[in-house]
Amino acid sequence: MAEPQRRTLMDAAEVERVLAGMAKEIVRVTGGRDLLLVGIERRGVQLADRIARAISGAGGEAPATGSLDITLYRDDLMSVGPRPVVGQTRLPTGGINGRHLVIVDDVLYTGRTVRAGLDELADFGRPARISLAVLIDRGERELPIQADVVGRRVEVPRGGRVEVLVPEVDGSLGVELVSPEAAG
Amino acid sequence: MAHPTVPYLGKDLLGLEGLSREQITAILDTADNFKEISERPIKKVPVLRGKTIVNAFFENSTRTRISFEFAEKRLAADTVNISSTGSSVAKGETLVDTARNLEAMRIDMVVIRHGASGSAQFLGERIASNVINAGDGKHEHPTQGLLDLLTIRDHRGPLDQLKVCICGDVLHSRVARSNIHGLRKLGAQVAVCGPATLLPACVDELGVTVFRRIEEAIEWADVLNVLRLQLERMKGGFIPSLREYNRVFGVTRERVEAAPRDLLILHPGPMNRGVEIDSDVADGPHSVILQQVTNGVAVRMAVLYLLAGNAPEQSTAVRSTGSSE
Repeated sequence: MAEPQRRTLMDAAEVERVLAGMAKEIVRVTGGRDLLLVGIERRGVQLADRIARAISGAGGEAPATGSLDITLYRDDLMSVGPRPVVGQTRLPTGGINGRHLVIVDDVLYTGRTVRAGLDELADFGRPARISLAVLIDRGERELPIQADVVGRRVEVPRGGRVEVLVPEVDGSLGVELVSPEAAG
Repeated sequence: MAHPTVPYLGKDLLGLEGLSREQITAILDTADNFKEISERPIKKVPVLRGKTIVNAFFENSTRTRISFEFAEKRLAADTVNISSTGSSVAKGETLVDTARNLEAMRIDMVVIRHGASGSAQFLGERIASNVINAGDGKHEHPTQGLLDLLTIRDHRGPLDQLKVCICGDVLHSRVARSNIHGLRKLGAQVAVCGPATLLPACVDELGVTVFRRIEEAIEWADVLNVLRLQLERMKGGFIPSLREYNRVFGVTRERVEAAPRDLLILHPGPMNRGVEIDSDVADGPHSVILQQVTNGVAVRMAVLYLLAGNAPEQSTAVRSTGSSE
């Protein structure tokens, strides 16, 4: 069996540049006031923190950040085999009612993760508006969900996947395309 | 990237003796992250939506039954409660017939408390639904053991080399057995302390130190888990009187204040104030008794989450895999 092939789609400098562009676009789309960036565990959380720093670094109002672990809202939870590790959801103590939330995730693919995130947020309150920002949109949606802010759109070969790496989890920053194993 | 997963627990939770250190740690870590759900405005997540759970309590219980029921409802399960009084069991139906009739109504999990040691395993081997032991005779009470471990870990961090003494009626206590198994697997040093009449004859085989005087136990321990003195033991001639028990083995304020280090005090409840534990201690700064109750819901949510769906299709009797060791 051949090893799956990995190809760098974006290096650290390019990810930083794309995140800075996303930060500007988020401010443009939302007005940039009283923002709450909610990262989806795991890597969406680190991306949300970086976007928040980019917004305040560019002179904007520093957004609040939170995290969303959607494990318990997955629609395949009872059929995925071994139980997924449950992470923690952290939202501001003041709640989310009436606020403008931006869900931040690393890769938008089927849309099921975002659907789970929306369901979970509904259990915490009624935001005025929810937008979606993703670093990578790889298409192939299974639900009618689209992002408001996209870092980059990529096409992925059948059976392949996109992996976003963040230093806090993976030790480096970047985006890699992992192609399926060649038939052995 | 693949989502990290939790070690497989098997179909049933029968006791802590059959679990590995990794499995116990995984349950505690999962429970840690379930605590937050009980603080939400809507204390419910859709994990067990569509699952039906039967709480079959053939012995009296308030705290454990309600704790399980909270856990089940917070995971959005449908629940049914049955007890021996007023059920077909009172008419002479066997435990297995009761369970099989319930399974015929398409249930998914059974939480069982029963006076006979081994009843949970007996049931687990004969029905396809998940079985969770909520206390079987003198054998084990695994979720109580787990919530005790979680509460100790919350306050003292990793349990390796921590000194924990279980005080009181160890002989009749399923809580003591679950505690001993769980604590030892997580690397704690475990001792027991109580009158000789209330300690098992082969207590040494459990791998614990034995103290005959509560003062010595308190001098040694970082943590005391004070067991309820079951008042019916009085009639059995195990102790001369409740007053004497309190005088010789009671966890009193004077004894706790004389401890060389900051003691942590647990009690599985319900308490006999003024017998095994004084009110000054139960309500004092060393006590984490109410936190045990809070942690009980999170631990039971974790167990339900980790076991649900591990059962095969119904009508296939299976045997639990038990330990992965």
